[in-house]
Amino acid sequence: MSLSRDQVTKIAHLARLDIAEADVAKYQSELSNILTMVEQMSAVDTKGVDPMPHPFDLGQRLREDEVTESNQRESFQAIAPQVEAGLYLVPKVIE
Amino acid sequence: MEWEAVIGLEIHAQLATRSKIFSGASTDFGAEPNTQACAVDLGLPGVLPVLNKEAVRMAAKFGLAVGATVAKRSVFARKNYFYPDLPKGYQISQYELPIVAKGKIEIELESGEHKTVGITRAHLEEDAGKSLHEDFHGMTGIDLNRAGTPLLEIVSEPDLRSAAEAVTYLKKIHSLVRYLEICDGNMQEGSFRCDANVSVRRKGADKFGTRAEIKNVNSFRFVEKAINFEIERQIELIESGGQVVQETRLYDADKDETRSMRSKEEAMDYRYFPDPDLLPLIIDDAFVEGVRKTLPELPDAKRERFVKDYGLSNYDASVLTTSRELAQYYEAVVKAAKGEAKLSANWVMGELLGALNKENKDITQSPIGAQQLGGMICRITDNTISGKIAKQVFEAMWAGEGDADAVIEAKGLRQVTDTGAIAKIIDDVIAKNPEQVEQYRSGKDKLFGFFVGQVMKESKGKANPGQVNDLLKQKLDNK
Repeated sequence: MSLSRDQVTKIAHLARLDIAEADVAKYQSELSNILTMVEQMSAVDTKGVDPMPHPFDLGQRLREDEVTESNQRESFQAIAPQVEAGLYLVPKVIE
Repeated sequence: MEWEAVIGLEIHAQLATRSKIFSGASTDFGAEPNTQACAVDLGLPGVLPVLNKEAVRMAAKFGLAVGATVAKRSVFARKNYFYPDLPKGYQISQYELPIVAKGKIEIELESGEHKTVGITRAHLEEDAGKSLHEDFHGMTGIDLNRAGTPLLEIVSEPDLRSAAEAVTYLKKIHSLVRYLEICDGNMQEGSFRCDANVSVRRKGADKFGTRAEIKNVNSFRFVEKAINFEIERQIELIESGGQVVQETRLYDADKDETRSMRSKEEAMDYRYFPDPDLLPLIIDDAFVEGVRKTLPELPDAKRERFVKDYGLSNYDASVLTTSRELAQYYEAVVKAAKGEAKLSANWVMGELLGALNKENKDITQSPIGAQQLGGMICRITDNTISGKIAKQVFEAMWAGEGDADAVIEAKGLRQVTDTGAIAKIIDDVIAKNPEQVEQYRSGKDKLFGFFVGQVMKESKGKANPGQVNDLLKQKLDNK
């Protein structure tokens, strides 16, 4: 399976990766190779096999509903680029 | 051309847990910004989510209440999108294998007809934080206290055919989640929110039209208005030769219109995949049976019981079972009123709900307790006061002047049932109005009301109306 240039740019955009125009062809071929490799698995007959959501054959453990976290805002905000009035500030995101 | 609307709702109910769905941070509403957002909620590197048992229990409780399948095995997935109110870059949700599937609920339409609405699924997911766009020098402020609050997303089948039907269904689910005590239902605080998928088609067509999704409408009234606007918009668009595009639209309550939020070109590509941080959720029969034992009497069953046991009309029973608290209050009144079910219903639905509405209060904030109201009703049935005087007693109790008995004593409202005393008042009235007596006796029956009025006035409303009627009739007719 081979990806188009547009597909590569779209994947990059969805992952918020800024890739150089000159590198698109390289990613195109590398990603296509990966997909070709994965495609080999399609040859396996999976009829009657449940999809595997996780490699471990276990269920998850649950937590009791208790408040165990205290307010650590000061420490968290000490490493934030910009804060004000207790809020984290980010570039404007109105749609 | 006849058109038909096709509507499905996605309801987000915040589950009433103490801590978040995947972290031990508090879910209390109204805290200072970011004081309830821990490392897990912030999506800091290296943190791992651990699922809250209570959230699972509540989701299962909902599933059982709508006759759905509670999945023995469900899976959490990552829904990828970049938005600062969700710092991980994805929302943990459920996709292919939700915890609740294939339920249904019955609603009663305005026509009195019953309709079954399918519930496709209900899945667990985490809420996002809040973005504040004002006053930050062109930047956006982010409060992540809400991030990670457990949500149950309840998805209906596209079974609804009008805005009114959609609201009826929404109210029914709203009442149900509060009965189940899994969500406080507070729409202003965003604990209960709704997105509507709306499309239109020619009546009789079997294919659905292209739908638009209206996001986050925060009151029953606005849901109805937003859907109605959207139906009209789509019909006009198609009739004028246009085409509906699949998109997300935002309802603007001030302008009463919906407008486009995201166009199709930049449609989200969520790239769901199973969250490798979370193993499948396995629920055994014992867990489900344990949850089943905690199911309360549900609204429909309660309504039927009210009709059967209390002899109420279907309408009265529906009103009184709108919320669990109101139903509880009513039953306590009936008990205190020694079984006077109908009279109790009248007082609760009439005076009490009227007074509460006027002050924008709900039943839990009633200044008059159920015992107090029941006690007052006893004084009506034992003839201590008349129904009319009872309104004065009610007002005094509302104002905090004490129980019915205390008010009756303090204000001297005890009904006059002493035949001698009433007869005396009647004699006076007859003596004072010879002309009217003459007219009455010569056939002007209507004047009877005039005499009753005069006697009641003389007694300051305290004479027992039944006795006044009887005695007056005797005295006027037998002379």
